[in-house]
Amino acid sequence: MKTYYNPDDLDKFATMGEEAPALWDAFMAYYGGVMADGALTAREKALIALAIAHADKCPYCIDSYTQTCLQMGIDEEEMTEAVHVAAAMKAGITLVHGVQMKNIVDKLEM
Amino acid sequence: MDMKERFSSLTQIPEFTSTFSDPAVAETAGMDVMQINVGRLCNLACKHCHVGAGPNRTEVMGRDVMEACLKVYRNQGFSTIDITGGAPEMNPDFRWFVDEACKICDHVIVRTNLVIMLEEGFTDLPEFYRDHKIEVFCSLPHYKAKTTDRQRGLNVFERSIKVIQKLNELGYGRDPELVLNMVYNPAGAFFPPDQTTMENEYKTILGRDYGIEFNNLFTITNNPIGRFGEFLVRSDNFESYMNKLYAAFNPATLENMMCRTQLSVGWDGLLYDCDFNQALDMKIESGETIFDMTDKPYVPRRICFNKHCYACTAGAGSSCGGTTE
Repeated sequence: MKTYYNPDDLDKFATMGEEAPALWDAFMAYYGGVMADGALTAREKALIALAIAHADKCPYCIDSYTQTCLQMGIDEEEMTEAVHVAAAMKAGITLVHGVQMKNIVDKLEM
Repeated sequence: MDMKERFSSLTQIPEFTSTFSDPAVAETAGMDVMQINVGRLCNLACKHCHVGAGPNRTEVMGRDVMEACLKVYRNQGFSTIDITGGAPEMNPDFRWFVDEACKICDHVIVRTNLVIMLEEGFTDLPEFYRDHKIEVFCSLPHYKAKTTDRQRGLNVFERSIKVIQKLNELGYGRDPELVLNMVYNPAGAFFPPDQTTMENEYKTILGRDYGIEFNNLFTITNNPIGRFGEFLVRSDNFESYMNKLYAAFNPATLENMMCRTQLSVGWDGLLYDCDFNQALDMKIESGETIFDMTDKPYVPRRICFNKHCYACTAGAGSSCGGTTE
């Protein structure tokens, strides 16, 4: 094994069901249901998934959901905006934690 | 290495004929569409074009082949004449052929790249199509300029929109007798989206931004041959694309494969089971030409397959008329 992340491993995802088939089947049923058209379209959900893939820095999910988005007719402009939503959320989440820093500073400083 | 050799080298993908046990699948089931490729000359050179059409191509169908097509159409029970290219309009006998086709056929389709109708000598074609009640199939790979132009050439989107607006003004997409269909091809090594979802997207966005109306959107899976095949090889996507096609094989699409009810005629009168086989130079099994068939009734024929046929059976299936499942 040369790297921890190997693109071919994505195709082995289903092997996670080998020792726990019932749990795997339950996960797949849930996953499939979540990603299907509902109150949100499957297209909108794919963009959310792509944004989260970037926020959580999962190369498998970035590969998979970039392809899924292309296959759904989503173009690069839309995908880029979704990644910016993830980036903006990450920035906002980082900054709002600064309030904790300020609270502690306020409590400790004379 | 040509594409057929590349298909053979993919030993992990079984021969297409191993995917079915019913021998009827490998035979034609009556003739519906005569698809006639009147030449490879085109004013565009699209990146996905499976016949490699372009301005430098010289293969153009002569009137003798067209006359033979009309005879075979009458004899063999077809119901549709589907004229394609290249830009079929650039064939010097195009107008004559459409005139004659409309005399014997109630359903004549022309596949147009739209922008030819802005070129000198072709600007009368929207009215010509209207007057002949031609069903127009036009290519528009995306409702955004950037994606369309990347596949078809600079400013093709903007010019296509102008022509569609003209067709709308003449009644296309509005009058039930003037049908305007669009064709979506993926702009890369991925599959097309769900046809109904994409049609709704197209109708919403093209209607909102350009006031455009049309009847149907047909999503077509890119076949791994011709210019698209060369792109797959060049970009190191060929094997993974073929693996994806095979993994997405859907047996429910076998019965409605277009080759089962179609005859594809090449510019020189050679015959094929479909336009993709034509691009691969895979002639019908008997090797007959259109001239050999002019006095013959329809006889079922065995279809010639290769691994590119997985593009017509992936997911919801694919044909020149969209999904087939």
